[in-house]
Amino acid sequence: MPDPPEPGDRETTFVGATLEALAFEMKRNPAIFVMGEGIGQRGGNFGTTLGLYEEHGATRLCDTPICERGFVGLGCGAAMTGSRPVIDFMFIDFINDAFGEIVNQVAKMQYMSSGRLKMPILLRGCIGVGHSAATHHSGNYASIYSHIPGIRVVLPSTPYDAKGLFHHALRCDDPVLFLEHRELMATRSCVPETDYEIPFGQARVAREGTDATVVALSLMVHHTLAAAEKLAGEGQSIEVIDPRTVSPLDFDTILGSVAKTGRLLVVDEAFGPCGFASEIAARVADEGFDELDAPVRRLNGAHAPVPYSPTLEQAVVPGADTIEAAIRALLEE
Amino acid sequence: MDATSETGLILYRRMQLIRQTELTLARAHQRGLVHGACHTYVGQEAIAAGVCHHLRREDVVFSTHRGHGHALAKGMEPGELIAELFGKETGCSGGRGGSMHLFKPEIGMMGTSGIVGPCILQACGGGYSFKLLDSANVAVAFFGDGAVNNGAFHEGLNMAAIWKLPVLFVCENNQFATEVPFDYSSGNPNVAQRAEQFGICGIEVDGNNVHEVEQAAGRALEQARQGGGPTLIECKTYRTRAHAEGMADFTYRTREAVDQWKKRCPIEQLGQALIEAGQAEPEDLNSHRG
Repeated sequence: MPDPPEPGDRETTFVGATLEALAFEMKRNPAIFVMGEGIGQRGGNFGTTLGLYEEHGATRLCDTPICERGFVGLGCGAAMTGSRPVIDFMFIDFINDAFGEIVNQVAKMQYMSSGRLKMPILLRGCIGVGHSAATHHSGNYASIYSHIPGIRVVLPSTPYDAKGLFHHALRCDDPVLFLEHRELMATRSCVPETDYEIPFGQARVAREGTDATVVALSLMVHHTLAAAEKLAGEGQSIEVIDPRTVSPLDFDTILGSVAKTGRLLVVDEAFGPCGFASEIAARVADEGFDELDAPVRRLNGAHAPVPYSPTLEQAVVPGADTIEAAIRALLEE
Repeated sequence: MDATSETGLILYRRMQLIRQTELTLARAHQRGLVHGACHTYVGQEAIAAGVCHHLRREDVVFSTHRGHGHALAKGMEPGELIAELFGKETGCSGGRGGSMHLFKPEIGMMGTSGIVGPCILQACGGGYSFKLLDSANVAVAFFGDGAVNNGAFHEGLNMAAIWKLPVLFVCENNQFATEVPFDYSSGNPNVAQRAEQFGICGIEVDGNNVHEVEQAAGRALEQARQGGGPTLIECKTYRTRAHAEGMADFTYRTREAVDQWKKRCPIEQLGQALIEAGQAEPEDLNSHRG
């Protein structure tokens, strides 16, 4: 796989970047089809399939009844028989109606068939707290699905990464869960117009530093960068790592950074218990204990359902302020 | 030999292959050679044999936990099945699966499953692939009566109906979901009739009569290949061994009921019919016992 190109100077949105990748791959691979509610003529609730129906028609841009378990199970069978489904859940909370199909069928099929069947299925949806979406439209679930062997879990934080990772997902023979944060969908950055792949399991160092390492995912990368910028004004040098994929996880980059800084904070909007941050803390304790100058810190969303009111919403997720406070506390250890 | 008697002998041989393999496995289980569960297909052989008679190698079958018969009827060698249950590397799933996870995609055997329901949805997916890729292949889901009160049945049949997918749904109604009677668990105990709710054709057949199964399946599969959409076939049948080998069998049904159904053995019924029609001699049938 060639290295991804420089971003260039053409800007597009996060959704626009994945749409570009999807459109490109659908043109070159007739086995790709998309299923979901409102992804046909409507072009998707978030514009994820805008304009593709006109080009490819109803079989390849297939509007579904509201039956997530049903169309994920169908997608599983389709992936076993030569096509490459993209399941667009709109809000990722809806994926949980298909939990059994994903965990017991999609994730296990390659192993159970001794690798004779492939499972090229892309499951995508919007995650995250924001927009007063309330508790049934604000979930994340990256940790739950990362617990399961056999699924790739991807959480890009920039349009550039989103496009490269989306291309890679559509050329990979494994099931991929692609999680797009609601608050990032309209964000813009420079993205090449050409196709390119970013491999899974390769973290991005979003900011280099020497005093502490912060690992953050998705929207939290941006809040962490804001906090790091503020602390830089006070002479503190914070390294920010965006793993981009939770499964597989580029642990080497994290461990290498901890060896340099001696301090680690993990920021994740999702629930703490048995989660992404716990996993990294445990692995650093196992494999990098001697590198640590302070206990590993975790900053998570509240272990509670997500509320509706904007004030309450802000209270249950980390923001730039709370991340800054957590970094300060870590530096004082 | 004319076509009818040739078909009869092929079906007879296929059913005997399943029966004798199952009895071999049951004995092996008693000797401790089968490490996990062993759900035999004894009594239901006419269904797999009758449906798979019309399948090509490229057609795909998605099956359930009682799937040995489907694998054999689709063309799996008995040795690969037995080796799998023995946990051997030479088994069809390399010893990873056992009785409930039989895979041989090279011949269209896309897997049996330990979860009731998903095979219905996966068969819809096979049908969707064939529609998308403009192929004349068909997908078949075999499932028991235990699956038809599950959401997968409702969602799968509805999707197959609205997209006119080339799928055949075969319900093997053996009247018990493990030990729960079907007439207890069903508001509407007529499975075939439920097809109407989805706007597709539903047919009820005697699942112990292989010709009835074979003819209904032949018509439904031809319709599916021609773009005419899915069909649901309900095959009324009965398993004459326990749910799984080694399980008690007469706590939820009577010995008399089982004996009554044994008298309706699909293999003996076909053998009798072939002899009475002058299409086979008893010694022909013996030579087909395998």
